Amino acid sequence: MASIFFQGIRSNQLIVYPLAHFSRIQTAVYCTLQRPQGQARPQEVSFQEQRKVQQTSSQTTTRKPLEQNMQGYEAIIGIETHVQLSTVTKAFCSCPYFYGSPPNTAICPVCMGLPGTLPVLNSKVVDFAVKLALALNCELSVTSKFDRKQYFYPDLPKGYQISQFDIPIATKGFIDLDLPVEFGGGHKRFGITRVHMEEDAGKLLHSDNGSYSQVDLNRAGVPLLEIVSEPDMRSGLEAAEYAAELQRLVRYLGVSNGNMQEGSLRCDVNVSIRPRGQLELGTKVEIKNMNSFSAMNRAIDYEISRQFLLHSQGQSDQIVQETRLWEEGYQKTVTMRKKEGLADYRYFPEPDLPEVVVTEDYIENIRSSLPELPELKRRRYEKMGLSMQDVLFLADDISVANFFDSTLENGAEAKLAANWIMGDIAAYLKNEHLSIDEVKLTPQELAELISSIKGGIISGKIGKEILFELIAKGGTVQKIIEEKDLVQIADPGAIEAMVDKILEENPKQLQQYRGGKTKLQGFFAGQVMKESKGKANPTLLNKILSEKLNANS
Amino acid sequence: MSFLIPNPRLILPARRLALPSSRSTSPRQLLHGAATASATLSSPPSNTVASGVPSSEILSIRDSLLSRRRTASDIAGEYLDRLHMVEPQIRSFLHVSESAMKEAEEVDRMVAAGRELPLLAGVLVGVKDNICTVDMPSTGGSKILKGYRPAFDATAVRRLREAGAIVVGKTNLDEFGMGSSTEGSGFQVTANPWDLSRVPGGSSGGSAAAVSARQCVVSLGSDTGGSVRQPASFCGVVGMKPTYGRVSRFGLMAYASSLDVIGCFGSSIADVAILLNVISGHDRLDSTSSKRDVPDFANELVSLNNLDSKPLKGLKVGLIRETIGEGVDAGVVSAVQAAASHLEHLGCVLNEISLPSFSLGLPAYYILASSEASSNLSRYDGVRYGNQVGNGELSSIYGHSRANGFGDEVKMRILMGTYALSAGYYDAYYKRAQQVRTLIQKCFRDAMNDNDILISPAAPSAAYKIGEKTNNPLAMYAGDIMTVNVNLAGLPALVVPCGFVDGGPAGLPVGLQIIAAAFCEDTLLRVGHIFEQTLQNCRSVPPLYGAN
Repeated sequence: MASIFFQGIRSNQLIVYPLAHFSRIQTAVYCTLQRPQGQARPQEVSFQEQRKVQQTSSQTTTRKPLEQNMQGYEAIIGIETHVQLSTVTKAFCSCPYFYGSPPNTAICPVCMGLPGTLPVLNSKVVDFAVKLALALNCELSVTSKFDRKQYFYPDLPKGYQISQFDIPIATKGFIDLDLPVEFGGGHKRFGITRVHMEEDAGKLLHSDNGSYSQVDLNRAGVPLLEIVSEPDMRSGLEAAEYAAELQRLVRYLGVSNGNMQEGSLRCDVNVSIRPRGQLELGTKVEIKNMNSFSAMNRAIDYEISRQFLLHSQGQSDQIVQETRLWEEGYQKTVTMRKKEGLADYRYFPEPDLPEVVVTEDYIENIRSSLPELPELKRRRYEKMGLSMQDVLFLADDISVANFFDSTLENGAEAKLAANWIMGDIAAYLKNEHLSIDEVKLTPQELAELISSIKGGIISGKIGKEILFELIAKGGTVQKIIEEKDLVQIADPGAIEAMVDKILEENPKQLQQYRGGKTKLQGFFAGQVMKESKGKANPTLLNKILSEKLNANS
Repeated sequence: MSFLIPNPRLILPARRLALPSSRSTSPRQLLHGAATASATLSSPPSNTVASGVPSSEILSIRDSLLSRRRTASDIAGEYLDRLHMVEPQIRSFLHVSESAMKEAEEVDRMVAAGRELPLLAGVLVGVKDNICTVDMPSTGGSKILKGYRPAFDATAVRRLREAGAIVVGKTNLDEFGMGSSTEGSGFQVTANPWDLSRVPGGSSGGSAAAVSARQCVVSLGSDTGGSVRQPASFCGVVGMKPTYGRVSRFGLMAYASSLDVIGCFGSSIADVAILLNVISGHDRLDSTSSKRDVPDFANELVSLNNLDSKPLKGLKVGLIRETIGEGVDAGVVSAVQAAASHLEHLGCVLNEISLPSFSLGLPAYYILASSEASSNLSRYDGVRYGNQVGNGELSSIYGHSRANGFGDEVKMRILMGTYALSAGYYDAYYKRAQQVRTLIQKCFRDAMNDNDILISPAAPSAAYKIGEKTNNPLAMYAGDIMTVNVNLAGLPALVVPCGFVDGGPAGLPVGLQIIAAAFCEDTLLRVGHIFEQTLQNCRSVPPLYGAN
């Protein structure tokens, strides 16, 4: 067999890639299809058409705090999140997957859905699912199973998605989080309905003129966890913070990179509003296509306003069950498709896979291997006396938190370590677009630096210089101090000599000072510091300088 | 011996095989009168085809090669000549390998070089076309996969090749295994070698007919609801449906995943045992394949010389009452009853037993199999492989590719299965059928507590006429009554020829189905071996050439 051709109606732009993983196939050519007319699909679509349809150029409206405008109404928000797992290989075959690989280079007969192929579960997927389920305080199903969710779409090679339907691996959990201080803060707990395992679909690449589409199956079969929340959120902010906390969790656990731009973390949000006090839920609208937390926040608030406006205009019947897309360019949601009843996916148990059984021992093993999770970390930092602002900053990123913890283990004081990390280090990282574990500074050296300053060996100013040297070049505080002779001058005699020298060299300024221009003390202090190459102990310097300046007056 | 052969058959003239054990001491002649071999063939008879007591064709080939009496090329040439000679009438192959002779020559080079010969060296194997082969098209008998060449060998095929076998070609079948007569093939109708106007059974009709007509030594089939056993019965060959999970399904185009299993055809129990040994065992590419140890099936077969007069003494045999009642041809019933009494003579304790849920099997099977099929066949959408038809618009590609690619029976089952899985019907159909399946499994477990093996006909009738049931799908489905329960229970079952009924130029073969507990294929083969070795005048090759 020479090659398998992905058949096409219009084989525009046949891009050919050699396939390393699949020796029998020498070339794989894109499948090209004409764009379906009004074709809807469950997972996602391209949004180009809607964008073109958009004619009105209503630009960003100024946002007001929503709650104040909601006169007697409340929003009910629930979120379905898909997290792409960072397993080495796909869920049911041994293909490795890397985001951004050339199309159809990470595929094999199994994830292409060739006749006769069978799925074999990657046990890492279960490990990761159990990890996240435990972190979400869920109840685990001792025995769960896979089901087939059936629908036709060109990016779904088997014509069904292997998923979990009536017995997901985990149910009934919750997630704790702290709202940002700048938005009023506060602790929240949101319920988790279920967590289940499934496989991702491939991707359709649409041609620029929209006349044909191509299929890239690299992503087909990549493992996902779907996390369904209870409808516990009441605002865009809460929803965005929920998603951010989920991202934090999966990153802490190392089960996903949680990257929204790459689609490793995708949120579909259900929004409805109802008069306060009413038990019955309003008609819900699903929003897709938000690829940042702030977009989520804005999209949801926009949607709430839209629905509220319709209610207040007596047009609540125009709120229909539908899927709307967030248009970042226009800062609004637009209709993607209206739902005519529920799609029938004809779920049934996947006969090719045995049940998934998790034993008590297995669960305990995983539980004991879990890292300290964000919520616990925040509570611990809080107890150290750090401000909530500090706590949220430090616990936000696991590598930062680890760096901080490690700095403390090396003897540094919490507040000082926090200041250094949140101050100069964070600024440097932001400028250079680096993460804390990409720089050469180690927690040991930061602790050493802090203790050197505290112990008076070096000045804070010198400390800063050393810090940047450590970040850029590495090395140890000790060595830099020695090499550059940076030990603080704390000998009063030496400082006195320097003060004398400066006063002698600047008779004019001295005269002015003594004539009442006492502001000039700063000038002298600076000169002395310069003379000492920054090494003079500032307290001592000021004390001696002050004595000398005022001695003969 | 009260055992009766309903009618005499024409058999090929027997040329003595150079087998390790001499046939002259065979106790069969003590049991029955020697077969009267009458040569009625118009063409030169086969050298390797034997009649009378079935013997292992595989061991005979091996012996010939090791003793250098014959070359693999000779043997392959003889089979290929016969294959091509009868193929215009039988039409059992959808594709014949072009490299079979080359592979045989390779075996000869191995012999010449004194290298160790693998077990199946020089053995020509036919492979059902729904089993993937990397060097030949694999269509599943469906036009939607016309010309499709897989990128990999099925695990069973890979194991065959590793054992030195030569895959001689791809055999015809009902499209994707859905059918019981091989008339449902998207390409051609296969004839029964015993009577060219009759069906070979199905869905593995091509594999059964090819072994029956000696177009190949042994063959692979697949059995979802009886697709190995019923054609084995119709074609007068041995057919084995192993326990679900015994043989890897990787590379078998899925019809109903929870029921599908790859099975074997051979002209003797020994051949089937050897073949089963080669293809069995866990496969990491199929998570439903069993990790159980595979016994050496062939080695456990007792030599005929070592049998005493009651070789099956004490073996408890349950004859399933529901399978010999109304709706079953009288000739079939009497052949099976005769086989039962033959087993009694061999020392078995025979009981007639009842499986109360037996009649529920057929409807449950058709719901479950169709449901799974509706899902398994979704991948044939014309997008990535196979025939694509349509104007380029997505729904047109889906609609036209599938409308043109699938045959009527397949479409009907997809529709039935889609219906059974639809919201609002799931509980009434799919779920209920699963409950019936559990009931049937329990029923068999109970029966197996009291019996070592169960026996029944393999089909309610012998081979019927081509076209006889094509317009009556329900009648066709009803023909699966004997076999579907075994698939629902996942048990192993063996079909061994046990007699004949009137029909065709030389009578039509009838098979006895023997069922055992899960993973007890060794029991089946041991019993089947003794049965075939002691049953007189029931083994022969079809009078194919007489039809010329």
